[in-house]
Amino acid sequence: MKRFAQLFTELDQTTKTGEKVSALVRYFEEAHPDDQLWAVALLSHRRPKRTVSTALLAQWAAEQARIPIWLFEESYHVVGDLAETLALVLPSPTHSADQSLRDWIDFIRALEPLAIEEKKIRVQDAWMMLAGTERFLFNKLITGAFRVGVSQQLVVKALAHHFQLEPSYLAHRLMGHWSPDTTTLEQLVQTDDTHADRSKPYPFYLAYPLEQDPASLGDPADWQAERKWDGIRGQVIVRHRQLFVWSRGEELVTDKYPEYRVLIDLLPDGTVLDGEILPFKDEKPLGFQSLQQRIGRKNVTPKIRSEVPVVFMAYDVLEHEGVDWRARALWERRERLEKLCGIASSVLHLSPLVPFASWAVLAEERLRSRTFLSEGIMLKRKNSGYRDGRKRGDWWKWKIDPFTVDAVMVYAVRGHGRRANLYTDYTFAVWHQGQLLPFTKAYSGLTDDEIAEVDRWIKNHTVEKFGPVRSVKPELVFEIAFDGIQKSTRHKSGIALRFPRIHRWRKDKPAAEADVLETLNRLLEEK
Amino acid sequence: MFLDPWKPVKRALITHGHSDHAHAGHERYLCTDVAAPVIRHRLNLTDQVQTVAYGERLQINQVIFSFHPAGHIPGSAQVRVEHQGQVWVFTGDYKLEHDGLSTPFEPLRCHTLITESTFGLPVYQWQTQSDIFADINRWWRSNRSQGKTSVLAAYALGKAQRILVNVDHSLGPVWVHGAIDTVQRVLAAQGLRLPHTRLVTAQSTRTDWEGGLILCPPSALGSPWIKKFQPYSLAIASGWMSLRGTRRRRGADRGFALSDHADWCQLNEAVRASGASRVFVTHGYTEVFARWLQERGVEAYEARTQFDVEAET
Repeated sequence: MKRFAQLFTELDQTTKTGEKVSALVRYFEEAHPDDQLWAVALLSHRRPKRTVSTALLAQWAAEQARIPIWLFEESYHVVGDLAETLALVLPSPTHSADQSLRDWIDFIRALEPLAIEEKKIRVQDAWMMLAGTERFLFNKLITGAFRVGVSQQLVVKALAHHFQLEPSYLAHRLMGHWSPDTTTLEQLVQTDDTHADRSKPYPFYLAYPLEQDPASLGDPADWQAERKWDGIRGQVIVRHRQLFVWSRGEELVTDKYPEYRVLIDLLPDGTVLDGEILPFKDEKPLGFQSLQQRIGRKNVTPKIRSEVPVVFMAYDVLEHEGVDWRARALWERRERLEKLCGIASSVLHLSPLVPFASWAVLAEERLRSRTFLSEGIMLKRKNSGYRDGRKRGDWWKWKIDPFTVDAVMVYAVRGHGRRANLYTDYTFAVWHQGQLLPFTKAYSGLTDDEIAEVDRWIKNHTVEKFGPVRSVKPELVFEIAFDGIQKSTRHKSGIALRFPRIHRWRKDKPAAEADVLETLNRLLEEK
Repeated sequence: MFLDPWKPVKRALITHGHSDHAHAGHERYLCTDVAAPVIRHRLNLTDQVQTVAYGERLQINQVIFSFHPAGHIPGSAQVRVEHQGQVWVFTGDYKLEHDGLSTPFEPLRCHTLITESTFGLPVYQWQTQSDIFADINRWWRSNRSQGKTSVLAAYALGKAQRILVNVDHSLGPVWVHGAIDTVQRVLAAQGLRLPHTRLVTAQSTRTDWEGGLILCPPSALGSPWIKKFQPYSLAIASGWMSLRGTRRRRGADRGFALSDHADWCQLNEAVRASGASRVFVTHGYTEVFARWLQERGVEAYEARTQFDVEAET
C-alpha cells in the first residue's frame, strides 16, 4: 500500500500530464505485479464492491475519535470528503502495517459476509494500523469512492510505454469486462486473442466543442454533418449470436434496453455500432429527462417501456464481419452503416445527414436544432478514421446557444473536493406572484475569485442555517444558462432544467429586476 | 478600553501585529514591548503606543490588566483582566506548541475565558513541528536534486521567521521577498536574532538562488514576481493546507500544515488548563466549538465578532 500511496501522492501533487505519466511508469516498474493489476483496475474505475455502509463507518470513526456524531457531520461539511474526514478525525495509529494494496482490497472484500460487530472490530483495527495517505486511500476503497486525477488516456500511455505497445491497442484491451480476479496484467494486455472476451467494446471517440468559426475547418465538402442527439452515447455489439450494449461510462447495460434484442436478428454476426441510446416516441425524440427516469428504475417494467421507449440512433460502424474497421475512412464506414441500417426497423435508426453546401447554410441548420429536439450539430471529417478518447481535429460538436434567465440566489451549501469549505452550490429563484420561487440549483460557471467573493458575501449575509444549508439575503442576481426545460411534478416551480449553470454574475442588476416564472413557462410552451 | 478593536476607539489593547487584530485609527494603543515595533511600523504610529512587559500589571480604574505570552508570534499576548476578584482571559491568537521563536504560551487560570477557534474542528490535528520541518527539508532537498528552486509561501510576520529558524540551512541559501525583509529589519532592530537571509531584488539572477529556498508572502502567489524562479516547486505553509480540497484549490505543488494557531487538541487543552467555568468562543468555528464545550459541561457561548470570514492565510 505504501508504494500505491506514493503513486497517489505523486499524481495528486502535479497537474502536469508529463509528470503524471512518469509517476505511473515508475510505479509499473517498481510495484508488485499483483498490485499493478489492481492499480490499473482502480485507475480505470473498477472498484471493489462496498461491503460496509458509510453511515456505519462514520459512526465507528466518531466513536473511536470520542466525538459525537453531529460533530463528525459538521466536520464532514467542512472537509467535503467522507474518506478524508474519517482519516482526519481518527486518533494516530498505534501500530504499523506492511500489507500491500491487494491485501487491503482482499481485506475489504472479506468483510462482506461478516456480522456488523465483527466488521467494526476489523475496520477499527485497520484504522489503527494506517496513517496519512494510506489511511485516506483505505477509506476511499472501503467507501467505494476511489478516484484520482488521472485520465484513462494517461494510464494507457504509461502502460504502453511500460510494455512497449501501441496506445490505441492498449486502450482497447482495457475496455469491457475484466476483473483482477480472473486475469493477470500480462494476460490483460498481451494475450493476442481478441475473441476471448466477446463483449469487449471499443474506446469511444469523443468530439471537442467547436469554439472557432466553422469556416476555419476548410472546405465544407470535406465534412459530414449530423444532428447532435440528446441521449446516452452507446455501443451495440453482436458477436457469436449474442448482444451486448455498452454505455459511454463503460457500463454494460444490455438488460436495461430489452427493445434492442431484435438487433441480434437485424445485424450480422461480428458487428459493432456506435450510436445514441435515444428516448423516442411518435416519430420524435423525448427529452433527456424522460430517459433519466428510465435509467433510475431498477426494473424495466412494460409501463416504463411504453412511456419511454428507446431507439438506437446509429452513428458509425466500428467492426464489420469480425474485422476492426476503425482505421478506414468515415465515408467508407458511412456507406457500410447505411447498408446495415437499410432494413426497416422501429428500433434501429440511421442518424440522418444534414446536407449543406456552405458554412452559412449549416449555421442556419444549427439554429433549427431545437425543432428537431437536438442539441446542435456534429461535424465529422469524411476521410478520418475512428480515433479513441477526446482528440482534437476530426470531430467537433457545434452546440446551440443555451437559454438564459436572470435569477436570485436564495440558498447556499458548501461544495466538495476542490471546493470544500467554500459555499459553491447555490439554489436560485425567480419571481412569482410577488414571491421568490426556487426553481434550480447550479454549481459551476464562476471563476475561483468570484467563488471566493460570493463565499465571503454568503458568510456575512446568512439569514438562517438549516444543517449544512444557509438561506441568504435575496440580493445577488446571476444569469443562469440551461440547455433544455421540461415540466416536472417533482418541483414546486413545476419545471426542471437540463444542465443549468451560472453564465455570469449580474452585479448590475438588483434582485427586484430578476426574471419571473412566466418567462420560463413561455419557454415550455414554445417547445 | 477595547481588545483588538476594529472600529476606532479611544484606547485599544492589541494582542499582536497581524492585520486582522491591529487596526489603524485608535487614539491610544497598548501592547507588549516585543510586539510594539512591528505595530508602530505597520500602522505608522509614534508616541500613541504604550508598551508593557509580559506579566507587568497595569491598573486602570480598579481593573488590573496584564499581557501574557500566547505563543502565536513574537510578542503576541493573551490579555488577563482582573476586577474585584473576577479574572477574565482573552487568548488572542495562540498555540501551545513551542515554535523555537516566540515566547511559549503561558497557561493562565481564570473564571471566564475568551478563546479563538480558528481550527476548532476535530479534523484539525497538527503533526509535531519536527515532523513538518522534516517534510519541508525533504521537499527542498528533492527540488534541489531536480534543479528546481523551492518557493515557500508563508505569512510575512511570524510564520516566515518560524520557518527561517527551523529549516535546515545546510541545504542552501534562504532568499526572501521584500515584504518579509521589511518585517525582519524591524525585528532585527529590536534585537531579535534571526538566521541570515538575502533579499530578492530586480538585480538578483537565477545563479544567485540556485538550490535555494525562497520565502514569500501568500500575496505573491500568482504574481509575475514568482515567474523569475522558473523552474520552481511552489509550496504553501498554512494550517488550512491540512485539507486536501484547500491544497488543490490553491494550486500549489505542496501544502505544509504548519500553523501558528491551536489545533483541536490544543484548544481543548487550553480550555481545560484555564479552569474557566465560562467560555466565550470567537474567531472561527464558534458555534460548533461552543456546542461541543456545552455538551462537556462547560458554560460556553458563541461570541459574534467581525471574524466570520475564514481567512486562508
